[in-house]
Amino acid sequence: MNDIEHHDYDVIVIGAGGAGLRAAIEAKQRGLRVALICKSLLGKAHTVMAEGGVAAAMGNVYEEDNWMVHFRDTMRGGKMLNHYRMAELHAKESPDRVHELEAWGALFDRTKDGKILQRDFGGHRYARLAHVGDRTGLELIRTLQQKAVSMDIDVFMECKVIRLLNGPDGSVTGAVAYWRPTGEFITFGSKAVVLATGGVGKSWKFTSNSWEGTGDGHAIAMWAGADLIDMECVQFHPTGMVWPLSVRGILVTEGVRGDGGVLRNSEGNRFMFDYTPDMFKAETADSEAEADRWYDDHTAGRRPPELLPRDEVARSINSEVKAGRGSPHGGVFLDIASRRSAEDIRKRLPSMYHQFMELAGVDITREAMEVGPTLHYIMGGVRVEPDSGSTSVPGLFAAGEVSGGMHGANRLGGNSLSDLLVFGRRAGMGAADYVEGGGGNDAKVDDLLVQHYMDEALEPFTREEGENPYTLQHDLQEMMQANVGIIRNGPELDEAIEQLEVLKERVQNIAVKGGRAYNPGWNLATDLPAMLTVSTCVALGARDRKESRGGQTREDFPKADPELGKVNFVQSQPSGGGFNGEIKIVPEPLPVMPDDLRALLEEAPK
Amino acid sequence: MSDVKMRIWRGDKDGGEFENYSLESQEGEVVLDVIHRIQATEAPDLACRWNCKAGKCGSCSAEINGKPRLLCMTRMDQLPEGEEVTVTPMRAFPIIRDLVSDVSYNFEKARQVPAFLPPPRPEGGYRMSQADVERGQEFRQCIECFMCQDVCHVIRDHEENKTNYAGPRLFIRYAELEMHPLDTNDRRDLVRDKMGLGMCNITKCCTEVCPEHIKITDNAIIPLKERVVDADFDPVAWLGRKILRRTKRTPADASVQPEA
Repeated sequence: MNDIEHHDYDVIVIGAGGAGLRAAIEAKQRGLRVALICKSLLGKAHTVMAEGGVAAAMGNVYEEDNWMVHFRDTMRGGKMLNHYRMAELHAKESPDRVHELEAWGALFDRTKDGKILQRDFGGHRYARLAHVGDRTGLELIRTLQQKAVSMDIDVFMECKVIRLLNGPDGSVTGAVAYWRPTGEFITFGSKAVVLATGGVGKSWKFTSNSWEGTGDGHAIAMWAGADLIDMECVQFHPTGMVWPLSVRGILVTEGVRGDGGVLRNSEGNRFMFDYTPDMFKAETADSEAEADRWYDDHTAGRRPPELLPRDEVARSINSEVKAGRGSPHGGVFLDIASRRSAEDIRKRLPSMYHQFMELAGVDITREAMEVGPTLHYIMGGVRVEPDSGSTSVPGLFAAGEVSGGMHGANRLGGNSLSDLLVFGRRAGMGAADYVEGGGGNDAKVDDLLVQHYMDEALEPFTREEGENPYTLQHDLQEMMQANVGIIRNGPELDEAIEQLEVLKERVQNIAVKGGRAYNPGWNLATDLPAMLTVSTCVALGARDRKESRGGQTREDFPKADPELGKVNFVQSQPSGGGFNGEIKIVPEPLPVMPDDLRALLEEAPK
Repeated sequence: MSDVKMRIWRGDKDGGEFENYSLESQEGEVVLDVIHRIQATEAPDLACRWNCKAGKCGSCSAEINGKPRLLCMTRMDQLPEGEEVTVTPMRAFPIIRDLVSDVSYNFEKARQVPAFLPPPRPEGGYRMSQADVERGQEFRQCIECFMCQDVCHVIRDHEENKTNYAGPRLFIRYAELEMHPLDTNDRRDLVRDKMGLGMCNITKCCTEVCPEHIKITDNAIIPLKERVVDADFDPVAWLGRKILRRTKRTPADASVQPEA
C-alpha cells in the first residue's frame, strides 16, 4: 500500500456544506486533528443555493415568537413523524447558532432598531427567517468557510469518498477516496467520521439539486452498517422553474410567497384557497382580503394559504395542472409583479430577478413566473442519536440532510439552514467526545479492504464495450420521476423496485473511456451505485408506508393512517453486500414524546 | 432547428488542441447545457466544473469566445447566431484538464486574510444599521467564480506577480472587513505591503466581468487605496481614528488569528 497517499486524523468530516463546516469547526475547537473532505471546491456545496433564510425563534419581529412555537410548527409541518428531541434541540438552539454566525462575520439584513431582520415563510407562525436578501445560503457557507479557513482546518477539495472502512468490531476506521483532478486514490485513517454529504435529488429528472446530490453519504453509511429511516419522505419544493426545459427544476425561493407573491392558475384564480387541509384550517385565511391584511399585520388576519407547508402547496399545484388549469409550460403562475413595487422586488429578491431575467427572459417585476414542483430535499436519512449525531456504527456520526428524523415527513422552509448549524455543531461535539473518550484508538485501515474498493471503482476502465454511465443515469432519472414522483401508487412502486434491480445489473457493465484525471464519466460511474441504493430505499419505504403523510403521497392510500403515524420505517443491510446487498425494511415505533412537549402541540394557535 | 458548432479546448498541462462538436440546437439552452449534451454522447471524459447551474455557486467559470463567463448563465441564443462558439479554460490559472483550471492560488490568498475579529457580544446582541451592513453585503454577494482574478492584468499577464498580489476577489474581502461595523482588526499595512494593492491600476476589467455586478473598483479597491494612504500620511485622519473611531488593533496584532 506504500504507493497510496494516506493521512491520519482524529476526525474526518465528509462534505463541506453548512453541516460539515460547522461540525469541523466544532471538532477543531476541541483541539483535535480534523480534515474536511469535499467533492467540489470549498464553498460550492449545495448550501450555497439556499435562498430564503435560516429559521430561528429570536423574536426580533414578533416578540410572541419563542422556541415552543417553533417546535410546534416544526412538528405539525413534519406531520408528527419528526424525532421530538431533534425538533426540540433545533428550536431551542437555532437562535444561538445564528448569533454565532454574526460573531463570525455574517451580515444579516437588519430591523429598524438594528437587530437581525426576520421574514415570513411557509408553516412558520411568525416571521422567523434571518436572511440576507435571497442569498442566505451563500452568506452562511461563506461565513463558515472563512471561519474554518482561519482555524487552519485541513481541506481536501475535489476529493470524493467512495467507501467507509470498518474495523473487525464494526466501528468506523476511516475512508477511501480519490482525487478528482488526478484520479489517484487516497485513504484516511480516522478515529471518528462525520457524514455531512447532503441529499439525493440527482436520481430524479427534475430537481433543484446540483450534480453532487447523489446520496453518497446515505449509501456509504448503510453499506458500513448504519440504519436509514423514513427514506420515503422526500420533498418536492412547490416552486421550481419549469421553462426553458434546460433549467427546469431550478429553485424559486419560498421567499417570493413570504414577501407577498401569490399562486394563480390559468383562469387567474388564487387556487390555494381551495386546498387548505383541515389540520391548518383554523390558522389559514379563507378570503383574499383577510390573507392580504396578514402581510402587514399578523394579528389582523390569518395566514395566506400560499404559505401552507411545502407538501400541501406542491400537491395543490400538481392537482391544478392535472385538472387542465396549468400555465403554457405545465406549471402555474407565481405572481409578485402585481403585488409589490419593482424596486421592492429587486431589493428583496435580487437573485430571483436575475435568474429569471437571464435564464428565461422573464422580468419578474412585470410578469408572473411559471413554476412547478421540483425534487428538493430528503427528510429521511441516517438514523442518529439526537444529542450527539451518533449512528448505530461506533465512530460514525451524521448531520444535516444526510441524517433523518429532524423533519419528519415534511420539512419547513428555513429549517434546513438551522438544522445544519444546530446538528453540525452537535455531530462535531459528538465526534470529539467519542475521540476524547478513547473511541477509535485501535482504528486501523484494512489494506485488503482498501484494495478491494479501489479495484471495484476502477472496473469500468477494464471494459472495452459497455454501458454509457450518462445513459444509465438518464434512465434512472426518467424511471424515478415516472414511478416514485410526487404522487405514488402500489403498482408503480413495484415497477420501480423491479426496474432498479435491472439498473443494478446494468451498472455492473459500465464502460468508461479516457484517463482517470478529471474524468466526469468515470466520476459519474462511481456515483451510480450510491444513487441506486438510495433510490431503492426511497421506493421500498414508499411501498411499505401505505398512507399519505407529508412528502409521501399515495393515491391508493390518500389518507394519513394513525397507526403508521406511530412508526419509522427503518432500513438496513444486516448481511452487508454493498450496493448489491439485500435491504431489510421494518417498522419501528417512534420514540415516546414527554408530556410537557406533547402539551405544546395541543395549544390552540394564537 | 439549426445546428450549434462548438470549438472546445481539450488537453492538460502538457498541451492540447481544439476539438469541434456539432449538435442540434435546443430552445433556451445555456452553454453548459450544450457541454453536458456533449459529455452524455460524444465525449464522456470532457472535463468541466459546475455545481448549481443557476449562477449562484461560481463553479463553471471559463472563457467563451475569449471572454470570462459563467457557462451556466450564458445563453446560446445571446451569442452571435450561426457562428462557432469557442470555449477555453480560464487563462490566468494552470490547466488541470480541458475546461478545468487549477484555482488554488485564490484559496491560498484567502488563507492569508487575518480573520474577522469583533468585540465581545454585548447584552442583547450586536446592533447594526441596515445602511452600515449594506456596504459589506455588496461584497459578500461574491460567488468566488474568480473571473475577476482571471481577467486582472496583474495576474493574467505576469505569473510572477502571484506571490505578492492578492487580486480583486481578495481586495473586496479586505474592503468588506475594513468596512465591517464590528471588525477590530487592522489589515491596511498588510494589504499594501504584502497583498500588492498598489499594483492595481484601476482599469476596471474586474468590475466588467463580475457576474454579481459588484462595483469592485469603485466601491472596494479605490476606497481601500484611500484608507491605506490615510493610514500612512494623514496625521489628522490618524488622530481622528485614535480618538473617534472604534479601536482597530495594530497591524502587527492583526496577523494573529482570534481565539477559536
